[in-house]
Amino acid sequence: MLDLVIIGAGPAGITAAIYAARKKIDFVLVSEDLGGQTALSADVENYTGYQFITGPDLAAKFEEHLRQFAITFYNGEAVTRIAWQAEGAGGGFAVESAKASYACRSVLIASGRRPRWLGVPGEEKFRNKGVSYCATCDGPLFSKKTVAVIGGGNSALDAALQMVNIAEKVYLVDINAALGGDEIMRRKVQVSPRVEVLNNAKTVEIAGDRFVTSLKVEVSGKPRELAVSGIFVEIGSIPNSEIADFVDRNDAGEIVVDCLNRTSVRGVFAAGDVTTVPEKQIIVAAGEGAKAVLGVSRYLMQEK
Amino acid sequence: MVRVKVYSTPTCPYCIRAKKYLSDKGVDFENIDVSADEEALKQMVDVSGQMGVPVLVIDGEVIVGFDQARIDQKLGL
Repeated sequence: MLDLVIIGAGPAGITAAIYAARKKIDFVLVSEDLGGQTALSADVENYTGYQFITGPDLAAKFEEHLRQFAITFYNGEAVTRIAWQAEGAGGGFAVESAKASYACRSVLIASGRRPRWLGVPGEEKFRNKGVSYCATCDGPLFSKKTVAVIGGGNSALDAALQMVNIAEKVYLVDINAALGGDEIMRRKVQVSPRVEVLNNAKTVEIAGDRFVTSLKVEVSGKPRELAVSGIFVEIGSIPNSEIADFVDRNDAGEIVVDCLNRTSVRGVFAAGDVTTVPEKQIIVAAGEGAKAVLGVSRYLMQEK
Repeated sequence: MVRVKVYSTPTCPYCIRAKKYLSDKGVDFENIDVSADEEALKQMVDVSGQMGVPVLVIDGEVIVGFDQARIDQKLGL
C-alpha cells in the first residue's frame, strides 16, 4: 500500500509532489494533465521571482523542477473515483482511474477547477468549432476575425486583451452593468479601439452552420445578433471535486479544508483551487500544496 | 517511414507538449503553424472538421488533441 496518492499536477499538486519526494514519502502522482490552469494562462506577473513569465513557460518550469526527482507520475490519467474504506473496515483508500486502482493510506486532492459552461443552445454543438474556453490555446486561429469574449472578470479581460492583438474586433459581452476585475486590466480593455464592451448583455444562443457564425445576445433586454466566428467563454470555473463526494463540500462544490488542509475525512487532504481556500492564485495554490504535504507527512508518522 | 504532421499554434500548451513528446520519442514530424498560414488552417479544419489545436495526422489518421494513447498506438511506441 502506498503512503500517499496526489491527484492533480497543477501548482498545488506539483509542489506537493516535490515536497513529498524530499520527505521520502512513498507516493504516486496521478493527473489528467500537467500544469493545470497555469498552463492555459497567458501572462503571469505576480509569481514571486518572475517579474514576467507566460503560463506555459511557468508550467514548464514546474515540470522541470518536478523531473529533478524520481517521481512516479501517471500523466494523462484521469482519476474517476476515490473509494473510501470506512474506519474500522481496514482503513485506507483506493484512488481509481480507467487504467488502475492505487491503494493508499492517505490522499491529497489537488484536482483544481475547470471552465464553467454557459449552458445556452449551440454551445456544445460548436465546441471547438468556434467556441473555446482557452484564448491562449485557440486565440491565434482567429487572426483578423471578429470574436466575442463572454464574461466580465479578470479572465475575460485577459482573454479580450490577448485577442486584441490577433483579431480584427473583439466584443466583450458582460452580463453585469459594469466590468469587474482589476482596474489596471479594465483600463487597458477600455482604451483599446478594437474592443466593444456590451454591458447588461445576456448570452442567448450560439448559431452557425459547420462553424460559429453568430452570437445572439440580449442587451438590456433588446435582442442583438453579433456576427462572430470565435466565442471565448470566460465566466469562471467550477471545482473538480466530484471524485470526492464523501468529504464535506460547500455550496459551490469546493472541498472544505481547515488551515492544515485536512478535509472532513481523516487521511484525506486537499489543496489549491479545488478547496475553500480563498483567492485562487498560482502562488497560493503552490503554497497550499507544500503545506498540505507537510501535514500529510505528520499524519503518516502519527498513524504508523 | 510513417508520415506525421502536427497542426499547431506557437502558444497552445498542448501543442507544445505534443511536439515535445514526439521529439523526445525521436519521431520526425512536420510542424504546421496554423496561426501564420491561413491555407494550412483551412486544411486542418477540413481534415478534422473542427478548429481545436493540436491536430495530428499520422499515416492518414486524424487525432484531435494531445491524445498520447492514440499516438502511441499509431506509432507503435
